[in-house]
Formats: sequence, structure tokens, C-alpha cells
Amino acid sequence: MDFTFTEEQKMLRETVKRFVDQEVRPLAQKIDEERNVPRDLIDKMAQLGFLGIVFPEKYGGVGAGEIGYCILLEELARACASTATMVGAHQSIGAMAIYLDGNEEQKQKYLVPLAKGEKIGAFALTEPNAGSDAAGLETTAVEDGDTYLLNGQKIYITNGSIADIVSVFAVTDKEKGVRGGISAFIVETDTPGFRVGHIEDKMGIRGSKTAELFFENVPVPKENLLGRKGFGFMTAMKTLDVGRLSLAAACIGAAKELIDLSTQHAKTRVQFGKPIAEQQAIKWMLAEMAADIFAMESLTYRAAWMRDEGMRITRESAIAKMFASEALDRIVDKAVQIHGGIGYMAEYPIERFYRDSRINRIFEGTNEIQRLVIAADILRKGGY
Amino acid sequence: MNVVVCIKQVPDTETRIAIASDGRSVNTADVEWVVNPYDEYALEEALQIRDRTGEGEVVVLSMGQERAATAIRSCLAMGADRGMLLKTDTPFGDAYGTASALTAVLKEIEFDLLFFGKQAVDDDNAQVGPLVAQMLNLPCVTVVTKLELENGRARAHREVEGGLEIVETCLPAVFTAQKDLNQPRYASLKGIMTAKKKQIEEREAQLVDPKLEVVEMLKPPPRPAGRIVGEGKEAVPELVQLLKDEAKVI
Repeated sequence: MDFTFTEEQKMLRETVKRFVDQEVRPLAQKIDEERNVPRDLIDKMAQLGFLGIVFPEKYGGVGAGEIGYCILLEELARACASTATMVGAHQSIGAMAIYLDGNEEQKQKYLVPLAKGEKIGAFALTEPNAGSDAAGLETTAVEDGDTYLLNGQKIYITNGSIADIVSVFAVTDKEKGVRGGISAFIVETDTPGFRVGHIEDKMGIRGSKTAELFFENVPVPKENLLGRKGFGFMTAMKTLDVGRLSLAAACIGAAKELIDLSTQHAKTRVQFGKPIAEQQAIKWMLAEMAADIFAMESLTYRAAWMRDEGMRITRESAIAKMFASEALDRIVDKAVQIHGGIGYMAEYPIERFYRDSRINRIFEGTNEIQRLVIAADILRKGGY
Repeated sequence: MNVVVCIKQVPDTETRIAIASDGRSVNTADVEWVVNPYDEYALEEALQIRDRTGEGEVVVLSMGQERAATAIRSCLAMGADRGMLLKTDTPFGDAYGTASALTAVLKEIEFDLLFFGKQAVDDDNAQVGPLVAQMLNLPCVTVVTKLELENGRARAHREVEGGLEIVETCLPAVFTAQKDLNQPRYASLKGIMTAKKKQIEEREAQLVDPKLEVVEMLKPPPRPAGRIVGEGKEAVPELVQLLKDEAKVI
């Protein structure tokens, strides 16, 4: 057993940290206010390989594995949850679906430009009547000569309005439902009939684009069927299994930034003639924050290591996502409390972290769904 | 163009420096180590020259303890081709000793340009570059803010008190980099992953008897408390006077 990061992983963290300090943190407030991650920033990240860190070199990626990817998202999320979300949706789910189930031609054509960051990806599963329950999907794909014609509506699609390539899930056989009736497709967003609708105004992660997508007779070439026909639900679940782990990593980043800011504040804010850090109430909060972070870090990187070793992580990634998002909630709440009034004011970053944190218990499978995934695994095995 | 860049691993500029119990060295226990910032400008210039001319290699040379290999590895991640580490256990060697050891190795390498940072931010000596140039009997241009190469000659802008000096030199020559020279790149993540495959040759540094001995290290005196000069417009002339004569900031 060895818990140390390799020399490359350390160097990778240093590089990302330096980039984040110079290029991301100074923009974080503006990104939140203007509800936009600047294209220029996305391009800079693409040039350095941030948008394909998890994918092998032969598909245009960096080949840093799940651990490298978790390091990236952790460091990005220290400064800007919106930017981390943009990178996460592009890589963990949008491009990941193609990496996991695409054939070689599809990988060369779509995954390579996505991994290089020349194209932006998104993952379109959620619909007005289908979120956690994929059985409610209403978007349809009907064979028409050499194409499938897609019709329907997707909502809450991260990167929806900036994506060039979207992994879309649609019903190909209504009778069969989730068991053989859903298929996945690679859709280029410049295809006629594809339209971006409303862009949501959100409580947090405001810089990430959450869009409504409309499909009106969108012709998708048959070679863009992703995975086997009727196995789209499997593709979606496999993708989310892996994708949600990096989300836990983003929670660690936010948590570390919050404990650092809280510590600085506690040591410099003087009340009753001494820094508030000398008050036991504050010390206890800092101690509990540290314990949560240690746990988040330990379980997330253990799961990432398992993934890099080729092990299945359905249960572990669900545990990491559930635990880390709930731990971050506890931590951000304490951070606001330690900061007092200034923690509530929009000119100071704590308020933004508070708004940004809440989504983590909801997206990429609500924490209630994570509990079902974890319990299903326990029950199937008959124990831990 | 073959370019050699000499770098030094130094404590991160944000490190709080503590003096060791011997009273004449730095306690390195909690120090984060980085590549000397001025050396990064030197490296960036070297990489740009190699990429512009499309030929030759960039070699990174450093003298230091075993851990200095990490600094060389960062330079390889930024794009240097190979590295050499001259190992020594002496924590802060004197400039003459460092220059002698570097010179011994540099005599074996064919290069067109030799870069240093204008100074290392730990001991602030600013001596090693010019000393090496002297030992190799090469022209030396210090504090370079712009460098142009043409027909085997170099034209360099250098910062001088209150102005700019433009000099020309033949090659090979030694240059020490000032921060306006360029904007150092970030190592790309791919660069980091491939850095491991690049070679770092390790040798024992050939040391000479030190010409310099550190007798004692002291912390700077604590900053005196601020004071209020006066109030309103009337106070301005005296404030300006004090900023000029006493604080010497304007």
C-alpha cells in the first residue's frame, strides 16, 4: 500500500495550481457575475491538455488517468466551480461516453478533437419528464434511410449552448423501455434541426451554461449510433459511473479552499481581544472540516486508483460522490459561520462557494440515486 | 542553435525563511522548492530560440543537491530536451565554486548561447553567470530584456539605471535574463507526462576550495511602526519629502 502521488502527478498539480492562480482565480467572480466562462480561458486550458487529461494519448489526450483528472478538477474547483463544471461535463460525461462505447472510427473522428479541446462536448440525457428515471425518456430516434431522425427536447444540459458534439440518448423502441429500447447517438450541433433553447439562470455554477436543447427531425447518420442499438441506457450508466468520481474531486478542491480561507480569517479576525481562532468553537469547526476533507480525499483518490487499475467502481464512485458532496455542504456552512457577516456578502468568495456547492448533491445523479446504487450493490453481494 | 540554460533550485518566494541552528544557513525543513524565477525567463528564451530556428537542443544544467533533479524535471516538462545535474551536498556553495564546477562541464558541451537568470532569488549574488563567462572567456551580457539573433550575432537590450542599453555581440556568448525578456509558458500536461522519458545525466560536481565563507545569517530588522505626518493638504509637502529622502520610494 502506497498513498504517495507520483512525481508526474505532483508536477501536474503544481502546474495546474499555477495556471489556476494566474488565469482562473482572478476571473472567478467575473465568471459568476457575467455567467460565462470566457472562450479565451477554455482555449488556454485546451492548449495545455486540460480538456483531455483523462484520455489516452492515442486519442489526443494526456494519458494522466483518473487520478490525474481528479487532481485537475480538484485544483480548478479551488478557484472556480463554473470552470470545473464546464471541464467536467465536457470530459467526464460528454467525451467519456464516446471513449467508453464508441468504435475506433467514432473515436478518431469525435474523441480526438474533443480530447484536444478543439471541440466542446456535452451529454444529453435529462428531459422534462426524465431525470433520475430514464424510463421516462420521450426523445425519439426513428430510422430513415441512412439516418436516424431525432425528435424531442432535453433540459439542464451543461455546455449545451457551447457544445460542438453531444452524446444524446433517445428512445428507439418504446415497448422495450430502458431494457433495450434506448440508444445513444453522437450528434454534431451544426446539424439542421438542432436548436438551443433557453439558457437557465441558476443559484450557483452560474458561469457554466445549462441549456435546453431541441431536436426537430435532426438527421443523425447511422454510423453515429454510439454503442449497440438498444444499449444506450447501459452507455449512460457506465459513463455516469466514472463521471461522478471527478465530481467528488471538485468537491475536495472547494473544501480545501474553504478551510484555507476560514483559517486565514480565524487567525486575523480579532474579537474580545484575541483572534477568533483561539476560541474553542472555531477550533472545533476547523477540526471537523479537516476530518471531512481527509475522508473525502482518501475515498476519492482510492476510487480513482481503482479505476486506473482497471477495477469496477460503480459503488465506490457513488460513495465518493455522495459523501464528498454532503461533506462539502457541511464545510461550506461552517466556512460561512466562521466568516460571519463577511461570509454572507457577495464581494467575498465564501458566498459564491456557498451557492456553487449545493448542486453537487443534485447533478450527475441525485444523492438519493447514489444511495440506491450503493444499496443495490450491498444487497446483490449480500454484504459489504 | 544549441542552447544551454543554467538553473538553480531555490526556496519558493512565498516561503518564510528560518535560520538554521548553526546561525549561518537556512533551515530547509519546511521549504517548498522551485526553479529560480529568473531562470524561467532564461529557459523560455532558449525554448523560443530552438523552436524558431527549428534545430539544435536545449540542455538544462544545474548544480545542487539530489532534490534539484525535480527542478530540472520541471524544465524538461516545459520543453527542454535533456538535463544534467552536478550533485553536491554543500547547501549554498559560493559563487566562485559553483561557476568553476559549471565551467568544467560546459567546456565539454558545444553551444551557441548560454543562459542564466540575472540572479538567484535566494542568495541574490548575481555572480555565477558573469563568472562562468569569464572562465570560458566568452562575451557576457547581463540583465537582458530583449534578444535578437541574426547572422551569428546577437543584439541584446539590457536594463541600465534609468534607461536602456543596446549591445551587440558575437556568439557563443553568455546572457543573463531579466523578467521582461518574455512570458514563460506553463508546462503542458503532455510535457509533464513525457518529461520522465527524457534524460537527466547526474555527475558529482567538481568542487574547488570555497573562496567565500558565510559567517553569520541574520533576519532583517523588524519594520518600524508607521507614523502620521499630519492631516490635510498641509501635510503633503512633508510627506513627499519623507517618501523621497527617508523612505526613498519616490
